[in-house]
Amino acid sequence: MSTQPIPIPPARPGPMNFQSKGMRVNSARRAITNHVVSGLAILATVLVLAPLAAILFYLIYKGAGSLNLAFFTHVPAPVGETGGGMANSILGSGVILILASVMGIPIGIAAGVYLAEFGRGKMLANAVRFTADVLNGVPSIVMGIAIYSLVVMPQKHFSALAGGIVLAIMMIPTVTRTTEEMLSTVPHAIREAALGLGVPKWRTVLSVSLRTASPGIITGCMLAFARVAGETAPLLFTAFGNQFWSFKLNEPIAALPLQIFVYAISPYDEWHRLAWAGSLVLIVLIMVSVTLVRIYANRGVLKGGS
Amino acid sequence: MGVGILVENLNAWYGTNHILQDINLHIPANHATALIGPSGCGKSTFVRCLNRMHETNPVARATGVVKMGDLDIYNDASPVEIRRRVGMVFQRPNPFPTMSIYDNVASGLKLNGFRNRRILDETVERSLKQAALWDEVKDDLKKKSGASISGGQQQRMCIARALAVDPEVLLMDEPASALDPVSTSKIEDLIFQLKSQYTIVIVTHNMQQAARVAENTGFFLNGKMVEFDSTHKIFTNPRDKRTEDYITGRFG
Repeated sequence: MSTQPIPIPPARPGPMNFQSKGMRVNSARRAITNHVVSGLAILATVLVLAPLAAILFYLIYKGAGSLNLAFFTHVPAPVGETGGGMANSILGSGVILILASVMGIPIGIAAGVYLAEFGRGKMLANAVRFTADVLNGVPSIVMGIAIYSLVVMPQKHFSALAGGIVLAIMMIPTVTRTTEEMLSTVPHAIREAALGLGVPKWRTVLSVSLRTASPGIITGCMLAFARVAGETAPLLFTAFGNQFWSFKLNEPIAALPLQIFVYAISPYDEWHRLAWAGSLVLIVLIMVSVTLVRIYANRGVLKGGS
Repeated sequence: MGVGILVENLNAWYGTNHILQDINLHIPANHATALIGPSGCGKSTFVRCLNRMHETNPVARATGVVKMGDLDIYNDASPVEIRRRVGMVFQRPNPFPTMSIYDNVASGLKLNGFRNRRILDETVERSLKQAALWDEVKDDLKKKSGASISGGQQQRMCIARALAVDPEVLLMDEPASALDPVSTSKIEDLIFQLKSQYTIVIVTHNMQQAARVAENTGFFLNGKMVEFDSTHKIFTNPRDKRTEDYITGRFG
């Protein structure tokens, strides 16, 4: 080891010299620019959050007063009677959404895995990707009519199953595209590490690629879920709605958005109040289920990992 | 124990790009063999052909014969089988970020369906000790992610991960090029100890490193192997003018 000190060159004149006057002026300007841009970013965040907060507070203001135990335990009261609740709609929405998730999420993820891991540059993959994007743009009422003629007509009656199918189809494009996007952010080096250990490709995809991408994929699934949870139009022709309890998948079933729709266009003040309460319950249920999934998904995260 | 590798007329392509041209080479068992040469000369492609990682790229292909002991790796076995017997350590540490240190090291066994807890525990401990990392991580094995330790530790963990599947050959593609000098010297010590049990092939940009760890050295240039000899001979008295120019720093 040499003990000679390393010579440090003297400060250079000109713009790279941090002591010069020009540099000080420059750095003041940079500090201002920094504050302005930070301020704009905070403003944008507030602008994005404001409508959400406003909607939530307005719903609480309008709807919270009509919430009581009966709302969660009773079916709707007939016209002219007071009271009643939306218990059957809450259950119905749950049933339809579980059906939709069970059908839509696996198919969506599988398609995304194909696009990202197996179909790179293939014609079929381009076709799948194009179809998913088009499907994402199809108006929900058109989806409803399509499933009406494909599922409801042959069965000759409305059903919870048809409602689940239409919402599943609406979930697939979002889930597929986010799965593909998230898998493509997984570094290739990690896949090579697994392949280099003699792990077969299918196992590498399942245990390494998907697992590494899972936080993003879960976010995508939750977005798709939250989006279809509030869908009304496609359910009009499929689940149809029901004033009573229904526990069968091949019968018409109630759903919160449908019930809100029915109540909101009615001429009765009592029903209007119930529609507000239903909206509040719908939004809270979506938030709760998304949060629960996130907590569940984060349970095994390690220190310093991703 | 390690096995020797015999390479005959190996050619490799990426698309229409002829990367390796007629490579013939015998890599002796239980020795470290270094491959040197300027960037883009085909050294990395060469080692990737030895465990059939080359063909994971859809536009890549290779012809020729590679024998590990008596096993013709391109005809007698599946790539998955070959990769279990030929371990690989990459240029940059590539831990699995979602897995603990323990799971990273055990991944080669676990992802192949191996579940015996006791043997997994033993293998993880043995491999981490072989990679000289055990003492530094033994308290956080299952608590910390494999991506949370330092770069040098990650690379030793990746070596432990490769050793855990009990390979016969260990390929190292510039294993220390992303590391600081202290970590580099630890990795070199490791190579020195491991070569009694494994056949080691190490690609390196650092000629001093080749001289320090390897008995034999091959010099690659533009997809061809210019010279292969004992490390001592290559660095003191090379036969080929191009080798001499490269090791004396006249190009590359």
